[in-house]
Amino acid sequence: MEKPEKLIVDGKRLDGRGPEELRPLKIQAGALKRADGSAYVELGANKVLAAVYGPRELHPRHMQQPDTAVLRCRYNMAPFSVEERKRPGPDRRSVEISKVIREALEPVVFTKLYPRSGIDVFVEVLQADAGTRTAGITAAAVALADAGVPMRDLVSAVAVGKVDDTIVLDLTKEEDQFGTTDMPVAMLPRKRVITLLQMDGSFIEEEFERALALAMKGCEQIYEAQKQALKARYSIKPEEG
Amino acid sequence: MYEIISSVKRDYIADLARQEKRADARALDQYREVSVETGLIKSAQGSALVKIGNTQVLAGVKLERVEPFPDTPNSGVLMVNAELRPLASPTFEAGPPDENSIELARVVDRGIRESESIDLDKLGITPGKEVWAVYIDLHVLDYDGNLIDAASLAAIAALWNVKKPQVEGWTLDEFPVLKKPVAVTVVKIGEKLMVDPSLDEENVMDARLTISTLEDGSICAMQKGGVWCLTVEEIKAAYGLARAKAAELREHLK
Repeated sequence: MEKPEKLIVDGKRLDGRGPEELRPLKIQAGALKRADGSAYVELGANKVLAAVYGPRELHPRHMQQPDTAVLRCRYNMAPFSVEERKRPGPDRRSVEISKVIREALEPVVFTKLYPRSGIDVFVEVLQADAGTRTAGITAAAVALADAGVPMRDLVSAVAVGKVDDTIVLDLTKEEDQFGTTDMPVAMLPRKRVITLLQMDGSFIEEEFERALALAMKGCEQIYEAQKQALKARYSIKPEEG
Repeated sequence: MYEIISSVKRDYIADLARQEKRADARALDQYREVSVETGLIKSAQGSALVKIGNTQVLAGVKLERVEPFPDTPNSGVLMVNAELRPLASPTFEAGPPDENSIELARVVDRGIRESESIDLDKLGITPGKEVWAVYIDLHVLDYDGNLIDAASLAAIAALWNVKKPQVEGWTLDEFPVLKKPVAVTVVKIGEKLMVDPSLDEENVMDARLTISTLEDGSICAMQKGGVWCLTVEEIKAAYGLARAKAAELREHLK
């Protein structure tokens, strides 16, 4: 990929969005048959599936906790999801992302209700265009709800960053690669508290505060879409015939 | 890596935090004693042993000629690796790196890489064929909490310890290290924030936030950890703490 001369021209980004606009977002609750809960998220060119199994008996048994369920997360990218084929299997990046996704979701799950059991969350990236960990969290939260796991709230996530000295919402791959800063954020929308915060690049104080506020605004929009997706699946439709 | 902690101890530490106290009588914004010794390892081009309280991390820098990545044919390569050696804690096990050592390495890596602390463009040798690789290996020797800050400080101290590298074929006058990013980890216990968590504090914490800052106070990397949440006010307060404490820690890099 060549570096474009400018990533923002006349206040518009390369894909025509304004700085504070999300990419087109589609969320479907319940996308898979066998999983206890599942969700499919498209955010721009990102295509992400999440599946939840459990609460179920946890194996290996030595991992079982007498007072709580264990939440496990696996984030995986399909080999064909990126420009150059990714070698299958976990690498350092996906191990770290699995860890931060788990930590972003764990605050909402009532794990204490299910001693000795495990709740498995699988996030599968089918097509990647930056922001896959946040799209994965968004999908996983809907999948957990779809599985009927008792939760305090949903978790909504989006990345913000700095591109051509402008704070922007929801970076694309180009903006991530050639921009200055990338900051994924996950939020519990009702309490407005942060459960995932990572950042690399460069922010001064004022930029950081603006970026965080913008991320939280983005999360609110995503939250609405998550609720809509769950309503669409579970609202009672008028009887047919 | 998580140690089992008795509920008596958990309540004790949480109670103390509520009163803005700590088990080792420190203030909430006070580090344990910090020391940085450099140049201990002659076989490495740069090295540093950092102690924060009882926690000890040894960092070594090795330089090697490698093939460049295809997308950056004339830039050097930076690699950070962390080993949680079983000698450092009863909870560390031998074997391939687990998520904790991978997270540690990647957080340290981001602090150095994203601040552009090493001028990798100067580390080309033959474009497309050969460049210098900078390997930073972090060896955890004794784990008593706050590995991220100790490892980050050790890494940057070891990089600044590379003077004129004693390796065959080295062509530059100086090793191109430019900045001093410093990571500060703030943990939340109950409603209170504190820096430099001890092992016990780490085991009872609700969440942690590591913020790497530069001399001018700007942020170059962040990582939240732990299974609970942070409010916006807490994040802003943590940033304030991180800036102030980074300035203190940076004194050890002189």
